[in-house]
Amino acid sequence: MMIGFYAMIAMPNLVKKIIGLNIFQTAVYLFYITIAARYDGTVPIIIDSGALGLFPDPVPYANPLPHVLILTAIVVGVSVTAVALALIIRIHRAYDTIDEDKIIAIQKIETHKNIQKIKEA
Amino acid sequence: MALTEILPGLVTVIPLISSIIIPIAGMINRLYSWHIVVAATFACFLISLFLLNSVLNYGTISYWFGGWQPPWGIEYVIDSFSGFVLVIMSFISFMIAISAGEYVKKQVGEERMVLFYTLYMLLVTGALGIVTTGDMFNLYIFLEIASLSGYALVAIGKKRAALVASYNYLILGTIGAVLVLLAIGFLYMVTGTLNMADLNTRLADLYHSRVVLVAFALFIIGFSIKFALFPLHAWLLGAHSEAPSVISSILAAVVLKVSAYAMIRVMFSVFSVEFSFDILPSAEILLALSSIAIIVGAVQTLAQTTLKRMLAYSSIGQMGYIVLGVALANQIALTGSLIHILNHAIMKGALFLIAGSIIYKTGIYNLSELKGLGKKMPLSMAAFTICGLSMIGVPLTAGFVSKWYIAVGSLDAGMWYFVPVLLISSLIGAVYFGRVIHNVYFAQEPEHERHKGQNTDIKTFKSKIRDEAPIGMLIPTLILAGLCIFFGIAASIPVSIAEKAANMLLMGGM
Repeated sequence: MMIGFYAMIAMPNLVKKIIGLNIFQTAVYLFYITIAARYDGTVPIIIDSGALGLFPDPVPYANPLPHVLILTAIVVGVSVTAVALALIIRIHRAYDTIDEDKIIAIQKIETHKNIQKIKEA
Repeated sequence: MALTEILPGLVTVIPLISSIIIPIAGMINRLYSWHIVVAATFACFLISLFLLNSVLNYGTISYWFGGWQPPWGIEYVIDSFSGFVLVIMSFISFMIAISAGEYVKKQVGEERMVLFYTLYMLLVTGALGIVTTGDMFNLYIFLEIASLSGYALVAIGKKRAALVASYNYLILGTIGAVLVLLAIGFLYMVTGTLNMADLNTRLADLYHSRVVLVAFALFIIGFSIKFALFPLHAWLLGAHSEAPSVISSILAAVVLKVSAYAMIRVMFSVFSVEFSFDILPSAEILLALSSIAIIVGAVQTLAQTTLKRMLAYSSIGQMGYIVLGVALANQIALTGSLIHILNHAIMKGALFLIAGSIIYKTGIYNLSELKGLGKKMPLSMAAFTICGLSMIGVPLTAGFVSKWYIAVGSLDAGMWYFVPVLLISSLIGAVYFGRVIHNVYFAQEPEHERHKGQNTDIKTFKSKIRDEAPIGMLIPTLILAGLCIFFGIAASIPVSIAEKAANMLLMGGM
């Protein structure tokens, strides 16, 4: 998780930041999967529900709920990545670079021009 | 099943379904998409008014999705707090939807209009969903729905700086959301449940567990990023000032507020008041951060040269007020901060809409170019002045009521030193809004501008407002400005509801 966080802060390349973001998210997904695990647990499929009654003994099964939750969270993560990549494509078209430092330099020039314009007026 | 019982579900289902219908209707005629948005948000507003009314009269409404009994199924809960916030959010999104009609056509472009409204409806779905849901994981999903459509909407304008702003917003927003997700995982690990009411009872035995402490800290940090508490506010400036004005308006008035709602909900309903404020020093930390936010937000606002950046900076200070009231955690201050959720939503929503209509008519972004607009757009500027006065906190406007309650609350808690903080920020607020108002009404117009208007010297009402914003954009801003005055005079209406909600939160109920 911290590797991803470091990548987001330290990398000037916008795509590498997104890779960092993905590492960051995947760490949390893995955390959810680990809390579902159980010693000697099997797949949570009830084979002979008739014999066990309506509520079978939950002990031998891995907890299926975190998997379901994380499936949803993965969908969210994929959408975030998709939006971010689409944004990067448009940033590249607009600025001709995906280096954050260069973009900040361009923006500084723009604000400077604007201030000059105000002073003239 | 009676209709009342399914209404909490309908509030989120209506915008969700309409966001699917809009692209289909948009294929036939692009204008239909706007009609659907207005109709859907209006329906949500009516439903939430009805819900608030029945909550206040008959108590909490709970809706079980798919008929599964909580804590196994997903539960939607409307109590006096969520009902109050729900009405505000749906009303503001209805007003902004009306105003969007003209603005989007010109500033976003006809070809992107359908996309815009689809995303707008998704954003409304997310925002209303956060308020209605009673399930932690569901809250995370709605938070991400609202944020994702927010990222895309910030980038939908024509300026290229908006792209970078949206990218920064995306990175920081996702970090916040992932922290919230991690915190939900921790809570699930120790309790095995995701339902808020169930979590509240089960967590009571676990307050000294490290896992719970970490989860609480992660929640606070995650939500603080989402509503831009002081040191985590960097994304807000770009996102709110570069986005199309309609979007700045909904981001400031709705998305920030629902994140604050989520934090209050977690602090008071999922954890208990005793845990949040007695076991952990969260009150001290939040008090310090929010007062820094109020002062820094106000001072930084002074230094801005463009109107929308100024409004964005002042949002930071205003969110500081809300957090200050929450962190004081007594009944009066909490009431004040709940009213401030309403007031700030109205004021900032209206101010951004007016900034939008200025850009729509004249293309002016800079503060120094606003000279003489008081004559060209008298009605918009009157609304701007009212909202500005309300932001300062002049008596008889809505902003005064909430500031008063927070100030009295801080005296009540024996912390008098927050009153000067409020006063100083109000004074600085008077300076920066006063500067704009002075520019608009009293400053000399440039020479060439003044000659232009002289040939048409007929002083009829129609000629006076010929440079005014289109009627569709004018009416929502005038209604919102009118509400600023109305809630300043008839303050007892929101106060009585907010008091009820604050009492309920402090009692630790759902």
